[in-house]
Amino acid sequence: MKKIMLGNEAVARGAYEAGVKLVSSYPGTPSTEITEVIADYKEVSCEWAPNEKVGAEVAIGASIRGARAMTCMKHVGLNVAADPLFTVAYTGVNGGLVFCVADDPGMHSSQNEQDTRNHGRSSKVPVFEPSDSQECKDFIKHAFEFSEEYDTPVILRLHTRVSHSRSVVEICDPKPIEVKDYVKDPSKYVMMPANAIKRHVVVEDRTKKIIKDSSDLTKNIGLHKVEMRDTKLGIITAGATYQYVRDAAPDASVLKLGMVWPLPMDLIKDFASKVDRLVVVEELDPFIENEIKANGVKCEGKELFTMLGEYTAKMIRAALTDLPLPEEGIDATNLPVAPGRPPVLCAGCPHKGLFLALSRLKVQVMGDIGCYTLGALPPMQAVDTVICMGASVGMAHGFDKATDGVDSKKTVGVIGDSTFLHSGITNLLNAVYNESAITLIILDNSITGMTGHQQNPSTGRNIRLEEAPAVDLEGLCRSLGVASVRVIDPVDTFGSEKVIKEELDKDVVSVIIARRPCALIPTGRAKKGVEVSVDYDKCKACGACGRIMCPALIMGDDKKPMIDAEQCNNCGLCVNVCKFDALMKGEE
Amino acid sequence: MENFEASIVLAGVGGQGTLIAGKLLGILSLKLGLDVKVSEVHGMSQRGGSVITYVKIGKEVHSPIVEPGTADFVLSFEEVESVRWSNLLKKDGVMIVNSQKIKSLPVLLKQVEYPSDIKASLEAGAIGDTKIIEIDALGAALECGTSKATNIVMLGALSKYFGIDDAIWKEAIEEAFAAKPKTIPLNIEAFNKGKALA
Repeated sequence: MKKIMLGNEAVARGAYEAGVKLVSSYPGTPSTEITEVIADYKEVSCEWAPNEKVGAEVAIGASIRGARAMTCMKHVGLNVAADPLFTVAYTGVNGGLVFCVADDPGMHSSQNEQDTRNHGRSSKVPVFEPSDSQECKDFIKHAFEFSEEYDTPVILRLHTRVSHSRSVVEICDPKPIEVKDYVKDPSKYVMMPANAIKRHVVVEDRTKKIIKDSSDLTKNIGLHKVEMRDTKLGIITAGATYQYVRDAAPDASVLKLGMVWPLPMDLIKDFASKVDRLVVVEELDPFIENEIKANGVKCEGKELFTMLGEYTAKMIRAALTDLPLPEEGIDATNLPVAPGRPPVLCAGCPHKGLFLALSRLKVQVMGDIGCYTLGALPPMQAVDTVICMGASVGMAHGFDKATDGVDSKKTVGVIGDSTFLHSGITNLLNAVYNESAITLIILDNSITGMTGHQQNPSTGRNIRLEEAPAVDLEGLCRSLGVASVRVIDPVDTFGSEKVIKEELDKDVVSVIIARRPCALIPTGRAKKGVEVSVDYDKCKACGACGRIMCPALIMGDDKKPMIDAEQCNNCGLCVNVCKFDALMKGEE
Repeated sequence: MENFEASIVLAGVGGQGTLIAGKLLGILSLKLGLDVKVSEVHGMSQRGGSVITYVKIGKEVHSPIVEPGTADFVLSFEEVESVRWSNLLKKDGVMIVNSQKIKSLPVLLKQVEYPSDIKASLEAGAIGDTKIIEIDALGAALECGTSKATNIVMLGALSKYFGIDDAIWKEAIEEAFAAKPKTIPLNIEAFNKGKALA
């Protein structure tokens, strides 16, 4: 049966058809849907882990116990999971083990543009790269078999345009889940020096064997494809870029790589010998190009193409062919300029009231990864730094120590509930242990928001929305030694400001939990009977409510607000900032 | 039908139902026995930002991205988005614009003005047989009972120029809403209204 599937759905389907027993992941765009779809296959043990390192270690455990296992993450998530990755490369597997890692060239929803292939090479883990949904399904199935055959973990490298494109997939029946026997084997699984020294030999031999086997197209272990057309131009490419190449230069010969590390050097040399001009087309780093050049094959690459962002067929066509550009249907010379449409915090978003308070306090804000990163944009412009998951806490401590405690009077860290549980806990422990005076604000909106509302250990539900134990954030912080733990409602923006000020003044580590559910989840949606309304006689058109930048507040030509009832969450933040009682809401 | 080819751009604002419209075009292509790719944007850009979905249909589709000057159809679910993505439309292509205006925050805060006479500007710039069609898709959807049907009104308008039988469109609508069968009649009505308006 044929179905239209998102690349991520097809990965999930393929893993299911391959008999995967366990999937443990942390959400991250553009990888999230893989694990969400797996959760629909009830026979698979599927869970959200608090971070990628945990997810990877759970999958490694299941693999060594004999089950096929998978962990999924975005590119930066693999940095968190890199520690187990580099050593499971030595132990090898029992049941097939796959790391699905989704890159984000163009940074649609990411803080950097790192190229996962480098992690594959430095950890010596083979990397496969599909180019559409059908390949997502075929490649993941192959990856499990390959993992078991060569006794190695495998990385399936996806990226935004593959993960988030829908295309046609042929559905097959699933293979029954089989868990192999586990046999105790310390020489393979206990990586202390005496054993690891021997395992490193195995790893290098394994890589050599893979390179040799993957050059043999009849074995098809690398899933490479040689398409000979006109031999004036030969292109080596992989993944989504292959699709752009086919649109841009339909007559060129193409070597499409399935496994992008290690490379089938004999196959590449053979292809190079058959074409007049050899060009490598790859987004981000000159990864294939440098490997090929290091093996003495002449080719062109990054002198023609950028290391930044996503490629397009147009860009490739311009660089490699003299085909004309398509004619556009509308002459844009006299069109008006479309006003910008930046992403915004939603109507009723609990982060708004908090960032308004921080903005009034004019404090330094160490930010973190989540919807609240948008607190860096106008009108709040409250956030000073955003680096990676959990960094807010450590950086606030760094500001404290760099100034002998002075900056802790005017610096806060802000971190979401899910991000705190991901990598804020050890940071907070460190701040207590090393006698900091930081103030950390945990934005507890009861969900992992930005990635599309996933459950986490603080929400009381698991990935299948069944009831699950919920961590007590206040108790957790106290048990780490935090002397002052307080809870605020961020919609009470002035009350929140007062509490933040009091905690900044203390010479100990403080945690403030700003608690209100995300406006987009059932517990956070608009309550009935408490609708917000405007008394236009009292309104002085002062503009204070407009500065909230709430999408539900429309400013009239008289600078007085109108409420968009469809959008309004009835949170009451605008009511709280109105000094003239012109905005009102009913009692909850 | 086997030589049918089309590139469609669905441009709008997060939450307007462009993703579902893209999915429906995917189902339609499968019914036609054709290859199809639909490219979406998720994540941060969905938070009130401008969103774009590409759909490419044909015998064999490679890239899921519609390049400038190659879209046979641009469906703009919000008026000013038509200007933002106008470069994607090919010469002699068809642009269908929903007259609904969703003001972004810079406009709500009166930092910039929402442009007026968008349709006239687009028409003035149209080259060759390029068509600009503006309809009140939101109004038509509300007549059917919900603003959520705006996307299906837009597809109805598209169907007038698409060259595929209504019967196949309706099968695709039934399949797309199979999980919520009660909404099928409403969506068929929305589709018919869109076709009549275009």
